[in-house]
Order: sequence, then structure tokens, then C-alpha cells
Amino acid sequence: MWQSVRKHCHFSCVLLICLKSHMKPRKVKLVSVNTSVRLSYHNTGYNIKAAASVAWAVLLLPPSIAVFVIISRVSLLHPIQWISECVSLLTSATAIFSFILLCGVVLIVGFLNLEYYTVIPSIACSKIALLGQLLHPRQFVSSLVHCILGVIVAWCCAVTIGGRYQTLGYPCTQADGSPQLCLNEYQVILLLAGAFVGYCHSVLGVIHNMNYVSFHTVQQYKYLRFKGSLPLVVKCSAIQALYSVRNYLVVYFFLGKCSLHPLDTIAGLLDFSLLYHLWISGTFLLFTWYITLLLFRIFVTEVYSFPVQSSFTEDVHQCLPKVLTGQQPAILKFLALHDLALLSQHSPSRRSEVFSLSQPGGHPHNWNAISQECLSLLADLTQRLVAHHDTVATNGRAKSLSTGSDKKSLSSESTEDVMTPRPSVLIKTPASVFLRSSVGSPLTVPFTPDLDSPFSSPALRRLAGPVEQCSPWHGTVQSPHIMRRGPKLWSTSTGERGLQNKTEHVIPIVDPCAIWANECQMFQIMTCNCSMLISQLLPEASSQALFADTQSHIWALEGLSYLVKASFSEDQFGVVQTTLPSILSSMLVLQEAVDRHFKLPHASSKPVRSTSSMEDSSYKTLRFALRATLKTAIYRITTTFGEHLNAVQMSAEHQKRLQQFLEYKE
Amino acid sequence: IFKHEVFDNQPFVIPLSLYFPRESLKPHSRTESSSKAAFLDHCETLWMRSAAAWRDAGLTGLLNEIANSSAEVPKWLSVSSGCVLALLQRISSFHGSLFPHLTLSSEDMIAEFSQVLKWSDCAVRAFAWHPHTDKFAVALLDDSIKIYNPKSATAPTLKHRLQRSVAAVQWKPLCASALAVACQNCLLVWHVDPCSLSTRPSSGCAQVLSHPGHSPVTSIAWSPSGSFLVSASPMDTNMMVWDVAAESCVPLQRVGGGGVTFLSWSPDGSHVLASTPAALFRVWETRMWTCERWPCLKGRCQSGCWSPDGSRLLFTVQGETVIYALTFTDTPGIPSNTKGPKAAAVVADLSETTFNTPGGDIVVGGEIQSLAWDPRGERLAVLLKGQEHFSLDRPAMIAVFKTRTSPIFELLPCGFVQGEPGTEPRLMQFHPNFQHGALLTVCWSNGRITHVPFYFLSAGMARHGLGGSPPQPRPEERPADYINQTLYTELTT
Repeated sequence: MWQSVRKHCHFSCVLLICLKSHMKPRKVKLVSVNTSVRLSYHNTGYNIKAAASVAWAVLLLPPSIAVFVIISRVSLLHPIQWISECVSLLTSATAIFSFILLCGVVLIVGFLNLEYYTVIPSIACSKIALLGQLLHPRQFVSSLVHCILGVIVAWCCAVTIGGRYQTLGYPCTQADGSPQLCLNEYQVILLLAGAFVGYCHSVLGVIHNMNYVSFHTVQQYKYLRFKGSLPLVVKCSAIQALYSVRNYLVVYFFLGKCSLHPLDTIAGLLDFSLLYHLWISGTFLLFTWYITLLLFRIFVTEVYSFPVQSSFTEDVHQCLPKVLTGQQPAILKFLALHDLALLSQHSPSRRSEVFSLSQPGGHPHNWNAISQECLSLLADLTQRLVAHHDTVATNGRAKSLSTGSDKKSLSSESTEDVMTPRPSVLIKTPASVFLRSSVGSPLTVPFTPDLDSPFSSPALRRLAGPVEQCSPWHGTVQSPHIMRRGPKLWSTSTGERGLQNKTEHVIPIVDPCAIWANECQMFQIMTCNCSMLISQLLPEASSQALFADTQSHIWALEGLSYLVKASFSEDQFGVVQTTLPSILSSMLVLQEAVDRHFKLPHASSKPVRSTSSMEDSSYKTLRFALRATLKTAIYRITTTFGEHLNAVQMSAEHQKRLQQFLEYKE
Repeated sequence: IFKHEVFDNQPFVIPLSLYFPRESLKPHSRTESSSKAAFLDHCETLWMRSAAAWRDAGLTGLLNEIANSSAEVPKWLSVSSGCVLALLQRISSFHGSLFPHLTLSSEDMIAEFSQVLKWSDCAVRAFAWHPHTDKFAVALLDDSIKIYNPKSATAPTLKHRLQRSVAAVQWKPLCASALAVACQNCLLVWHVDPCSLSTRPSSGCAQVLSHPGHSPVTSIAWSPSGSFLVSASPMDTNMMVWDVAAESCVPLQRVGGGGVTFLSWSPDGSHVLASTPAALFRVWETRMWTCERWPCLKGRCQSGCWSPDGSRLLFTVQGETVIYALTFTDTPGIPSNTKGPKAAAVVADLSETTFNTPGGDIVVGGEIQSLAWDPRGERLAVLLKGQEHFSLDRPAMIAVFKTRTSPIFELLPCGFVQGEPGTEPRLMQFHPNFQHGALLTVCWSNGRITHVPFYFLSAGMARHGLGGSPPQPRPEERPADYINQTLYTELTT
């Protein structure tokens, strides 16, 4: 046992070195060198976590190999022989060699997890976008690596099962009697099955966003969480392996007609023992990989407690306000926000540090930094929701003045800066999986035009733009009366548009007839070329994409509301009072935007739950969680402050809205 | 529905009592498969019947179908399925002998573990005050739920296909509209818009939360922060923690005890009491969701309630006539290694006692059905089961105690609450924010719901009364039906 422990230490060291050498260039590229040095503290701790998860996955290999050996050699009629064979096999040199190979596989899988994971899922709004993700070179590399790893694991399985799968070639005699080495098709079929299952794993990973790491709302210790998820992992790998093997056999039957073997016929393929071994090997393969993934998720999302303030200046950059406001990898920002939500709820001593004043000067720097960051997160979301709503309302066209006045009626003057429309984004290609937002604001991700995508040529964009609009309207774009509405909208707004948005790459055309003709032409092209793909537009994906990173907003809302609630009795210097009006108004504005969003079609439809999958589908329901959290957050403040809120300086409209909350009528 | 009383120049609202006569409510007797008898028998092929049996009753149904149609299937198949069926029955009966409650039917199980006395024939099966306003929800025998609000003329009725055998209802804290309902096969969370004028919200307003194996649900509890809902089923060793908005749940499994029957979340949100059908209960800590095991000597934990600050838990054990207390000293949020108390202390003994009253001797005491502590921690109501013995008739009754938590815990008898002759209390709950003391709402066996006010000036109120002057001092006590009685038990503090 101690040998394996030493081994895993060695492996984790190797991994750490790999990670460090890997992380360096990105840091230097995207943030200043100075910051990268500062960040290294958190990143190191973070890499150690990832390495520890891989180490645990390696430690769990021997028991899973033992279980695999026992199950693969099962013979109920000769139990004693069965057990003794298993024991002798487990202590043989082959088993040790397989173990070493599998350790290597787990290391590489762990590295891929670290490399490809994301805390903000990339949601494909249409089938085209999904195809783009699947054809991306980075994904191709991942699939290739998974195939190779699959073959390696399958080889280990073949050697372990033994018997007819043992060797790749066997001596046989040709028709003329000369001895020759023939290909053992039983091992070939197993190795190819490994490659196939590996490939399926990688492709399904993209389709189901397997690389998405979600944070759990219920905190549990790592061991208990692992124990709770273990049955699910076993079930998922068994079911997934079953499907993969079925598909594999179909493919093999149609494509593998090259040899004159019994496996060429249906009857040959329906050999029960062969099916059983294929399935068991596939399950073992997926189980080791899923376990690695599960451990990675558990370790990475573990709560990390940041200090709120430090008396040493060299530690200041590790403190919560600095981590929250600085340019950080998305995962660090998420961990910091999570920690903020927890400390505001559970820890009076850390809350008092948040409310404290700086020693020389007496400024509430901690509170200012934290509240400003949370408010800007909320404002960002509001702005995004309003922009999306306007795009949908104007049927995907550029904004006209009328939408601008709409906005004014929606928001009060205090939040006008919040609502300034950004340059309208006509083409919204969802960010690909591969644009891991390691640095920078996570909020822009779902709407950044994906310049790396294969669909980025201007001509194709022009065509694909309206198609890839993440709007449910486009599912019915063929209906003529919607198309007819086009010119009217266009002509009323062209004058202002030309003046306002010069940066846009669509040239405004004044003549309605020309536009009409243009539209018809485009309509024809669209229907001819991509009608199949358009009609497959994924419903409600636009809503999901809009709220992809909303976990951060949920924590910001929780953190703010709990801190404000605690400030009622704990805030000695009244630092929270100064920001209370802006907190309340930004929450109310967001509430209004969220309410409006949920009136859109598809926004409030619930996704189908899939329980028997390793897919983490929690991102699909984030918008509902946000809606509930937002309401609870406002109620938390109104319930605590009660009638005192009437003294808070706010616009009349917001006062009225708050009164609704005070009377529990929302 | 509500009566305005002018009392000491203060306009004051006491909700008027409601009456749901038993006769007007039809219990739900239809089951999914019972409509089968109304149709003519129809010859189907074995495949069709097997498929239908698999769909309706799972593996057991399929085996049963195959074993019964021995004429159509090969002999070995019918014999082997009969053997497997017998084996399954043996296993389930063995499992049942380990945990006897598993042999009960769903309805019986809810009746057994409910906080409501004689739940099966109760016209009002569950009751819940809204935590912040004056509205309340009442679940009735006919599986409908009615919501009464003094500020609105409409009383919405909630009905849903899955809303059967309601065991408990509870409003979500920090929310105006969400009401969680524990049903026979699932959990429902209704969203009843308080401004809506509709009297029959559609079933689209209800979220259905279900998990395989997690039924019947006998108890639910919202976290005081409104973020989680926990649910318990005696059939399931998992306690479910639901994120209602996302409709996802985290099962927290502990095998010992064979299920979870009753849940109570402490008002400060730091602990959850979870009792099991066996002589064992757990106290979960809600930060990292770890639990302490508390084995009881005699029976299962029947009921429990928390003091307002969440530091003290009172609970009762089936088969015993005493109230125990546990004190949790660790402040929430700071995980400490000190494992709370080592043993529970007996704080009150409610064994049978006879009182000499002008109207004759009255026997009170005995086993306890449920406990309720008022939100200020000054009154404790205890619902005594009573007994219909052939020799002496001991009616169910509510005993009320005065309590004080600081400087030391004190429990003083205060009085009894008794209804009209021939009725007994079935269910009780304190109003969560009654301005002038405590308001106990009692549901009676004849279908009446009454409100019993206790007027007092709270010590805590006088110290840090927020906004406005404290209410006028009231005559110290006025239990509804009886004058103060003298001590009838030995008390330990």
C-alpha cells in the first residue's frame, strides 16, 4: 500500500509541474506580470486541489481494478477456482503493469478535466452552433486523446480478462500449410470498442456540457458528497456503456466487413460472453473517468475561505475585496462570491470586518469594494436582460428610438447609467466551449462573437446572423406575416439608426422595396440551404445562455441582502446606510427586468430532468433560482427594516414597489 | 369572516373562527385502479397484459400476471415467476419485520406519524399561518386547500390531481406566495398570487417535486431564510433537501431508523430535528449537514419544538408522559468541537392527575401528541392524547405552560384549553406575529377552527420594542375556557 501512496505523491508532483508550466503563458498573456505573481498564491492552492483530486482518483484505482477482475471472471459454478484465479491475477506482473498504465490514463484525464472545465457553461443556441463546437480543432484534439486513452484502457481490460482476448495475434496455418500470425479479432473488437466509447464520451461531453462545474447550494463534506454520488456514478457508467456498446456493434457490423471471421455475422456478434465483456470493459472505462471527473468537481468547488482584511500589506491582494474586484480567473471570482454569500449568512465576526473602517482615514473600504462589485454584477445582468428583451421585441433588428423611450419608462433616472445600451450586438454566436474565460469579466461571455468559430467569415455571418439569433421568434421565421412586418419597422427607424450606430456592419438601406426584395432573397436562401437546421433551433436555449453565469448574481444577491440584514444590528458606523438606496433600486430594477424576461415565450418552460446522467444540468434552471433568490433578497431587507424604509431616499416608483413588498403583495 | 374588536381604544383584529362540518366534506375514496371495475372485461393478448402490469405495478405486477396466466405461457416460466414472486414476498416481509412501520399502508402511515391527532377522520388535516401576514392555509378532508386572508374577499381553493392525503402544509418564509404541501406521492409547491382574484388557481401554479421512493411525505420544513425545503418520508431513509426554484434535491441518507417521520427547523436556521420511526432521532446542523444521533430509551420521538433563539429543543417520546429538553450552546456559524449536551433533561412530567373542580373530577395527563411554542418563547402548548378507556374517560386536551428561557429555563403551568362538550382538539399552531401576546389556533374534531388569545406584555418586547409604544398592559392571563389551575406536576427546571 505504501508503494502506491508514494507513487501517487510522485504523480501529483508531476501533475503540479505540468500545471504550472501550462498556466504560465496564459497569465503572462492576459494580465500584467505583476498581477500574475500576486495571483500565484490562489492559483497554487487551486492547482493543489486539482492535483489532490487526481491523486484520490489514482488511489481509488486498485479497488476498482479488483472489482473489475472479480466481475469479469465471474463463474458461479466454480467459486473457489474463480477466487483463486482472481487473487493470482491481481498479484501478477501484468496487473501491476496495467495499473501503471491506468494511472497514466487517469493523470491525463485529470489534466484534460482541468484544461477543459468551465464554471460558465457554453450553451449552443442552435444546432449549427453545436456543430461548430463539435468541429472545433480543440475539441478534435480532445476526442483524439480520448480515443487513444480508450484504446489503452481497453487493452488493460483485454489483458486482465485474458482468455481469447489476451493477445493481438495468434499462430495459424494458411491454406497451403505454412505457419503464420493471424490477427485476433476478439482483441481488436475490444480495443476498437475502447476507442469508440472514448470518442462517445468526448462528444457527449460537449453536447451535455460535461465540462461545466457547478457549485452546490447544500454544503457537505467532501467524503459525504463523494459517498452520496458514488451510486450515481456506477449507474451512469453502466447505462452509458450499454448504449455505447450497442451503437458500437451496429457500426462494427456495417463497417467491419473486412475479415473472414465469425464476428462478421450477427450471430457471431451476439455471443453473450463477448457482449458481457464489452459492456463490462466499457463500464470500467467510463467509471474510472467519471470518478476522476467527480473528484475534480468536488475538490474544485470546495468552499475556500478568503480573509476579509489583513494587517500585512503583502497579504492584501489575497483578501476578499481585492479578489472580488480584481481581474481574476472566473473560478476564483466564483469562489470569492460563494465565500461572501456564506460569510454574510453565517459568520458574525467576519461580517464585522466587512463593516469596519480603515484604520488611518476611517473609510469603509471593505464594504465599498464588496458592495460596488456586487452592484455592478447586478447592473450588468439588468443591462443584458434589457438588451435581450429589446432585441426580441424588435424581432432581431437594430434598436429604434422607441425602444430607448421604453427603457426610460422602465427605469428611473437614478439607474439611467445602468441602462445605457451597449453597441447593439446583431450577431450573437454563443461562446464556444473552448473560450474558457479564464481571465476577465465572465459576464460578456455568452454574447461575445466567437471569432474562433468556423462560422466567422463575414458572408456566412450575414446569413447565419438572424438564424443564430437566440430568439424563439426564429423558430417561426417562415411565417409570411412576420416577414411582412419587416420593412415597416425598418423604414421607421432607418433615419436615426444611420446617425446613431455608425459602427454597425449592416448598411442601412432606405428604400423599403429594396429591403423587401432583399428579405425575400434571404428568406429563400435560408429556406433552401438550412431549413433543416433552422427548424431545429433549440427552444429556451436563449434564456439559458442569458443566465449562464447567473450563479455569481445569486451569490451577490444573497451576500448583499444578508449583509444589509445584519447591518440593522451589527453595523456600528452606519456604512451600509449610504449604499442602501442604490442596493434597493438596483434590486428593484433587476426584478422588473427579470419579470419582463419571464413573460417571453420559452423563458418559463422547465427543462426535462435527466437523473441518470453525469451531466450537471443545474445551469438550465439558474434563471428560476435567480428569480426566487431576488425576491427573497428584497423581502429579507424589507422584513428587517420594515417601516424604516420609508425614510430611504428613492424614486416614487421604487417607493411604490417597495410598499408592495412591505405589504407582502409581490 | 373576521371580526374587528375595539379593545382599549386599539383597533384589533382577531380572526373569527371557521367551521368545516364533517358532513360537507367528502373524503377522497377513488384510487387510480378502482375505475377498472366499471368497465367490461376485455380480452387482451398476454403481451398487452404484461406490458400493462409492468406499467401499473412494476416487476411484481409483471410476475403476478405471468404466474396467473399459466395456460398461455410455458410451464417453466409461470413456475419460475411464481417462485421469484414468493421470494420477493419473503424478503419484503423480512424487511417489514425489521421495520414494522413499512407494512402500513400510506394512509395509515400518515395517520400514525402525523402531528395531527386522529388524522384519518379529521375534517381539518393541516393548518399553516403565513409567517409574516395574517393569512393562513387550511387543508381539508376532501384534499382541497383553502387560503383565508383578512385583507382580501376571495378565499382561493387549491386542488390538484396529485394533492391527496395532505399531511402538512407550510408557507415559505420571506415570500408572499409559495405554499409547500406534503402529499401522498409527492410534494407540491403552490404559487398563489396574493393579488389575484381567482378563486381556483390552476394546477399550473403548482410545482411538483418528487423523488423515487420518497412517499408518502409526512413532514416538511422550510429553512427560515427561505432557501431550502426539507421533506421526510417514513418509507425513505433519505431526508431530502430541496432547492425548490431549481426543482433539484440533495438526498441526505442515514440508514438507521428506517425512515424519517417528523422535521422541525429551528427558528435561527442552525439546526433541524429529524425523528425516525425507531427509538432514535437526529439533530442536523445545517451549515455542513452533519448530524448528531440521539437514541431514545422507550419509543420514537413523537414531537418537538425549538425555542425562538434556536438554543433549546423540547421533545416528547412516544410511550412516555414527560417533556425533555436539549440545549445547544454553540453559536451558529462557528463550528465547534463541543458536541452540545450529552443527555436530555426532563423538564416536565405530565402523568395522569385528577383535579377536583366544582363540576366534578377531571382526569388529565398522559401521552403527548404534539408541542407548540409561541414565537416569543413565553407560552408552550401541549396537546395531550387522552384516552377512551372503558372505566375512565380522559379526553384529549391542550395544556398551556408559561415559559421563560433566561436567566434559567422555567416551565410553569398556566391553564387548559378545552372546546365545546364532545369535541376534542386535533391540531394547534401559534400565530407567528401576534402583537399583544400569543394567539393559539386550534382545530377541533367537529371541524371548527378557533383562535385562543393570550394577552401579556412580553419582557423582550418592553426591552427593545421597535417602533411605537408597547401595547397596553393586559390582565395577566385569560385562557379561553378555564380559569388558572394550580400546579399539577412536579417541575424540574
